Amino acid sequence: MPYLVEVEGVRKAFPGVLALDGVSMHVRAGVVHALMGENGAGKSTLMKIVAGLLTPDAGRVFLHGRVAMIHQELHLMPSMTVAENIFLGREPLTRMGFIDDRALWRRTSELLGALGINVNPDDRVGELTIAQRQMIEIARAVSYEAQILIMDEPTSALSAREVSQLFAIVGDLKARGCAIIYITHKLDEVFDIADEVTVMRDGRGIWSGPASEIDRDRLITMMVGRELTQLFPKGNVPTDRVRLSVKGLSLDGTFSDVSFEVRAGEILGVAGLVGSKRTELAETLFGVRRATSGDIFIDGVPVEMDSPADAIDRGMAFLTEDRKASGLFMPLCVHENMEVAVLGGEFVTSGFVRQAKLLAACRATAAAVRVKTPTLFEPVQHLSGGNQQKVLVGRWLLTAPRILMLDEPTRGIDVGAKAEIHRLISMLAAEGAAVIMISSEMPEILGMSDRVMVMRHGRVAGIVDRSQANQVDLMRLAAH
Amino acid sequence: MRTRRLSSDVGIFLVLVGIAVLFEVIGWQVRGASFLFNGQRLLVMVLQVSIIGLLAIGVTQVILTGGIDLSSGSVVALSAMIAASLAQAPNARAVFPSLTDLSVIVPVAAGLAIGALAGLLNGSLIAYTGIPPFIATLGMMVSARGLARYYTRGQPVSMLTENYTAIGAGAVPVVIFLFAAVIFHVLLRHTRYGKYTYAIGANALAARISGVRVERHLLVVYTVAGLLAGLGGVVTSARAASGQAGMGMSYELDAIAAAVIGGTSLSGGIGRIAGTVIGTIILGIMTSGFTFIGLDAYIQDIVKGGVIVSAVVADRYRHRGAKG
Repeated sequence: MPYLVEVEGVRKAFPGVLALDGVSMHVRAGVVHALMGENGAGKSTLMKIVAGLLTPDAGRVFLHGRVAMIHQELHLMPSMTVAENIFLGREPLTRMGFIDDRALWRRTSELLGALGINVNPDDRVGELTIAQRQMIEIARAVSYEAQILIMDEPTSALSAREVSQLFAIVGDLKARGCAIIYITHKLDEVFDIADEVTVMRDGRGIWSGPASEIDRDRLITMMVGRELTQLFPKGNVPTDRVRLSVKGLSLDGTFSDVSFEVRAGEILGVAGLVGSKRTELAETLFGVRRATSGDIFIDGVPVEMDSPADAIDRGMAFLTEDRKASGLFMPLCVHENMEVAVLGGEFVTSGFVRQAKLLAACRATAAAVRVKTPTLFEPVQHLSGGNQQKVLVGRWLLTAPRILMLDEPTRGIDVGAKAEIHRLISMLAAEGAAVIMISSEMPEILGMSDRVMVMRHGRVAGIVDRSQANQVDLMRLAAH
Repeated sequence: MRTRRLSSDVGIFLVLVGIAVLFEVIGWQVRGASFLFNGQRLLVMVLQVSIIGLLAIGVTQVILTGGIDLSSGSVVALSAMIAASLAQAPNARAVFPSLTDLSVIVPVAAGLAIGALAGLLNGSLIAYTGIPPFIATLGMMVSARGLARYYTRGQPVSMLTENYTAIGAGAVPVVIFLFAAVIFHVLLRHTRYGKYTYAIGANALAARISGVRVERHLLVVYTVAGLLAGLGGVVTSARAASGQAGMGMSYELDAIAAAVIGGTSLSGGIGRIAGTVIGTIILGIMTSGFTFIGLDAYIQDIVKGGVIVSAVVADRYRHRGAKG
């Protein structure tokens, strides 16, 4: 098969950083080529150069075909329909110059049919799931007759079933002779889908070759440049004290009759497919939503959760799933992002913030979570995804939580940052916090949890002990 | 971030200095006199924008939460009418003949209270019905102006006590404006109130999940903005020694312009009181300067509009540059 992408010795410097230092990469037609590396390794810069968004300072790029990029943040108009989104700016017209709605519908429907995407062309994109939106992006790329597709973390928000659907479409694109550059942080995926792999580190190409020639450990070592002896360090020991007890909790139309307990020092993993209502359960426990029935007990005492402020007062913390939408204050700096959840407490005297004391606490916490930032006054938007996530973990660490809920705590962050966050979770549990960790990554669930609760369609499908948990059984419970 | 913010304030300060120097140079050419080295002119320059400055401080904190307040100009009129009606010296045409010669506390408290009440209503609508701040405060803008006119059927309220008019005498409005600026600078930078204000504007959902009682806080922010507009009404009526329903007309837009010229971002979470004060003074210096060099009053407005937009465009370019 011919090469569709040929990158030769590309160099790119930004003020103060050498982002790419002589990187080469060759991608053939009909091949899925995984591009691996930690955040900040230079993957995005390289892909922007391939997509023509940036010009290299040196080196050459040959492209034999159109390039389309499927972004991590999707670029669709939520208020418009699927068909309107796909053919935006090149809608079929009638002779009078008006949009030919029937032709638009037909062409969209044919396109979706050919790709096996089960979505109505008239649906509004805002009402689709993230997975469906991603498929629409792919359909749009295909409609442009792109031969080179760049997919940046396409599965980061997908459930296992949706991932396999996506992989089927990727297989189809391969068969059509497309070249697919696939960026991911999920190591298992690489071996499922990629034919070839390029590993980058610190702006350099470290290794390129067939996926069959490497294994997981070698891949990690090449990415981080050091041996990670244990990906899931586990130091916590559950106690017998029940910290959080939930009995028959229901939220009408969402989930019902959820009961479970978490002990001090325990990590309860929560597995399930997208749509199993795990996030909604966590939001209800945290007072973001109001339960319609059921009881919540903390240390045996019944509690009402009317708002997140109440939950925080009772020693709860909640690291949300979508750090941009519900976590970060993008225009603000690192310490302003960290301190917000403790402004109700000891750092404020009659309304006035004791800034020196607060800054000292932020500094200590930033060091504990190992945030890489020049100062605490750096705008948080300048930090990498992994470091932003550490800032948010720091926000909750500052509150010294007794109950910590984490929703997809390591989504979209690199291996090194991931290990750091796992270390912090274990550390908090070891100090006696009860931890509830929602994750769609099975290795994370199996590696970190003392027990695993599986949810399915808003109900508890089962709670499994660490010793008896395995991937196959959990998937069976989740999917049924 | 500290250095960036500093440079942002320095940037707008340089614009102010640039405009001042420009008027100084043109002034010598056209009038053969100094524009800047005239204490009286400088005082008048700030005096004529000190009410707009008070409103601008209020709207800055509203804009920081990601909202807007269009009602402040009308609230000035309403507060001016109500305060004036309780500040009258005994006379045959007093609004409340039995309530004349009251202690100055009464009209001041009434003016502030009506402003705070208007703000409270704005805040309740925005926080608890979820309607956009633009709409809620637009409604208040229309209704408060109507109420100000209805209160005396359009008649001005005059013959105010000397104790009351003293509030607007000489440089007192300037002192009130600058004092409010200092208080709100401290409030926004060093208190929980300020930190929550920035957090809500930067990401309201994240603020809520971090324990900020967002609705309650918005209620307070809009009430405080109303209180400042009420204060503006008191000072305006005291200075004019009368209350008139047409007072504060389109001041809300000048106040928003001052905040935006000063670097406050309409998308929320970015802005400082120092910038707003400089923005207010830029508006003042333009009015004074144009008059000084004898520019036609109609052309003044045309140029002023252009300056407001250019200031924001320049600011946007600078921020884009900083992002790389």
